[in-house]
Amino acid sequence: MSSGPDAPPPFVLEGRHLSKSFGPVEVLSDVSVALAAGEVHAVVGENGAGKSTLMKILAGHLMPTRGAIAIDGKEIVFSGPVDAERHGIVLVHQEILLAPHLTVAQNIFMGRELTRGISVNDREMNRQASEAVHALGADIAPTMPVSRLSIAQRQLVQIARALHVPHRVAIFDEPTASLTPFETEAVLKVIRDIKAKGVAVLYISHRLTEVAEIADRVTVLRDGKHIATRNAAELAPVDMARLMVGRDVSHLYPERPPEATCEPVLEARSVDVPGFASGASFAVRPGEILGFAGLIGAGRTELLEGVVGLRAHRGEIRFKGAPVTFHTVRDSMHHGIVYLSEDRKGKGLLLTRDLPTNLTLAALSHFVRGPVLDRGKEDAALSEAIGEFDIRAPRRDMLAGQLSGGNQQKLLLAKMMLLDPDVVVIDEPTRGIDIGTKQQIYKFIAELAAKGKAIIVISSEMQELIGICHRILVMHHGKIVGEVSGEAMTESEIVVYATGVKTAATATVTAGAA
Amino acid sequence: MSEATLKTRPGFSFRRIDMAAIAPFIALIILLIAGIFVNQNFLSVNNLLNVATRAAFTAIIGVGATFVISAGGLDLSVGSMTAFVASLMIMFLNTGIIADPMTMLLAGVAVALLLGAACGLGNGLIVTVGKIEPFIATLGTMGVLRGLTTWLSQGGSITLQNSDVENLYHPVYFGELLGVPVPIIFIAVTAIVGAFVLYRTPYGRHVIAVGSSEDVARYSGIAVGRVRTVTYVIQGFCVGIAVLLYVPRLSAANATTGLLWELQAITAVVVGGTALRGGVGRIWGTICGAFILEIVGNIMLLSNFISEYLIGAVQGAIIIVAMLVQRSLMRRT
Repeated sequence: MSSGPDAPPPFVLEGRHLSKSFGPVEVLSDVSVALAAGEVHAVVGENGAGKSTLMKILAGHLMPTRGAIAIDGKEIVFSGPVDAERHGIVLVHQEILLAPHLTVAQNIFMGRELTRGISVNDREMNRQASEAVHALGADIAPTMPVSRLSIAQRQLVQIARALHVPHRVAIFDEPTASLTPFETEAVLKVIRDIKAKGVAVLYISHRLTEVAEIADRVTVLRDGKHIATRNAAELAPVDMARLMVGRDVSHLYPERPPEATCEPVLEARSVDVPGFASGASFAVRPGEILGFAGLIGAGRTELLEGVVGLRAHRGEIRFKGAPVTFHTVRDSMHHGIVYLSEDRKGKGLLLTRDLPTNLTLAALSHFVRGPVLDRGKEDAALSEAIGEFDIRAPRRDMLAGQLSGGNQQKLLLAKMMLLDPDVVVIDEPTRGIDIGTKQQIYKFIAELAAKGKAIIVISSEMQELIGICHRILVMHHGKIVGEVSGEAMTESEIVVYATGVKTAATATVTAGAA
Repeated sequence: MSEATLKTRPGFSFRRIDMAAIAPFIALIILLIAGIFVNQNFLSVNNLLNVATRAAFTAIIGVGATFVISAGGLDLSVGSMTAFVASLMIMFLNTGIIADPMTMLLAGVAVALLLGAACGLGNGLIVTVGKIEPFIATLGTMGVLRGLTTWLSQGGSITLQNSDVENLYHPVYFGELLGVPVPIIFIAVTAIVGAFVLYRTPYGRHVIAVGSSEDVARYSGIAVGRVRTVTYVIQGFCVGIAVLLYVPRLSAANATTGLLWELQAITAVVVGGTALRGGVGRIWGTICGAFILEIVGNIMLLSNFISEYLIGAVQGAIIIVAMLVQRSLMRRT
């Protein structure tokens, strides 16, 4: 900063002692953050640290429970996101919030269409949209429907839409989460450009190298609390990580169970899941924890859903050495393969039902006496599951939807373990879960592997895969492009595969090795 | 967490009372009390048994509809299906291919039940295998079955002409068992069996799971299509049971048989507290809903201040009020 640190610059936007509670849970407590014109201020923290909540408060999507927002030093209350926009604060969401069937221009101008008389002025909107997209270094026709764009292109359109509003503050919520390094560079360039124009940028990410590259100042949050605000130059990525986690990270992961050497229990040979994955071959042994890494949209979930029979698929699948055909997920379940969806709320648990109903749903045939459900046995199973998986339910008659994310995951795990499977596929095991529970989930996974179950973990958190897996397969554009294990399991090695920079010469990665 | 634990002690048992589940029964009691003020004859045993008897069709079909709706489906064809099954049953009885009237009648009963179940299976397969919205699929079969009935009856009516069978069959609607009209026994048995299947068997649990979330059910290894299809078969079977009562009542069927019964059944189900979006099924609520509909009609007949020609309007209004009450109860919990 050229103006010198002794004369504090006037702050465009300040959050003063912000707190936010949802019910009895305080997700943000007494956090202050200030943005100066022409600076990039990064907010880093783990999932659940309160980054998103902070950002939503600053952009008018949420009201703080306590604390205030100030613009140019004057306190103000936003009535909603539109009001915040009127004050020049725009937000680029992490998720893509575009109407897929409308064109790029129609999306950029949605809700603020240009008109000529009583009709919309498509020509002018297309012209301006084209300009806006080009300004971001992208070459996308404004008349292209969004459904035909790649994820990265959609993200750029979304940025163009946000920046189209006159703005003084731009908040970016993990804009690069699903982008390749090349596309990421384009987004970072956009941020440098608007910063040069004097816009204050709040940048949320947990890609720490990116943060170090672009931020002037860094604020670290942990468990909803403000931990530190430093000049970026004084804070190396390693120190950021230490502040974020706040404890010795090595304890997060349990000891790896001994590596398995026996024959694989589940084998896939050139499996295709039309539209999502092709030519995928892999094998997993009893007692092994196999990771699937890759960018969002690489086809990991779809491949495994195909293998267990949740999606149409082609190719050969062998279970305990014998070829098997899984027409539906029931077939694979009967063989002893379970799949825990990444979408716990939508595909894992009946949120409006009570705990025993959820627990026994997949294994209901074990809970009958003659033709009748044995509720006593269901209740006993719940007690056992609560003990074994440390499910923290304040009341036993709660609905599954009232449990916290971590306890929902434990309940889902308990539900599937009632089937006593040989192979457990867990998709995003710790998404949206606090760090304490994460540690427990890792421990459960390691224990299951130690009991001889084969575990497949799909995760977008590379650290997590590196921490618990014996081997990691990396997918890119529907293909398994690499395998890393042992010393080679590093984030950088995974990234070069995941982004397609490097593809292993060994296309048939594991079928041969197994 | 300590706050939450504190809450469990006082008021715990009160919170367990599900207002949405008992609301229809409260409404029924209020109606019964209101009935006394309208006409002293209302609360007579005879009148009440009469009302309950007439509720039999809606109640029995409603039990089937409770399965379909709580699994997230809908069946608009039940009225037409009643007419179609009744027509074929009568035509079968008229053939007189079996000399012994009793055996003939029993064969007719089997025809009605199997035909109902088969029609339901057709609906179910169109919905699950054909992957057509239940509303559209059963709107289609509603037209088809009504049209077939009109064609079978050539626009007129199909009358039971086998007098031996007719005499034998007559008491099934008009008779009594230990002082209780037979149709009421039909209601009770259908409801008890329905409640047992829905609440106490794995299949019933699967119905509720499918209705709550098809995805969760599928990912839990439940054969969603099969569960759905069977709900329509149950619905068809219940229509078959209703036909068993309908045929002895009038000894005839025509193109207007069962007209708008699908709306009656859906109204009874919704008034009874079953969620139209699926995931909640209340068999006894449905029975209660069927009684409510019949009692409202009865009160209007007995009273002098509302024209009985307005029955349809009042029943329509009941659906809306029931939904509003249901939603306000839902918000509070």
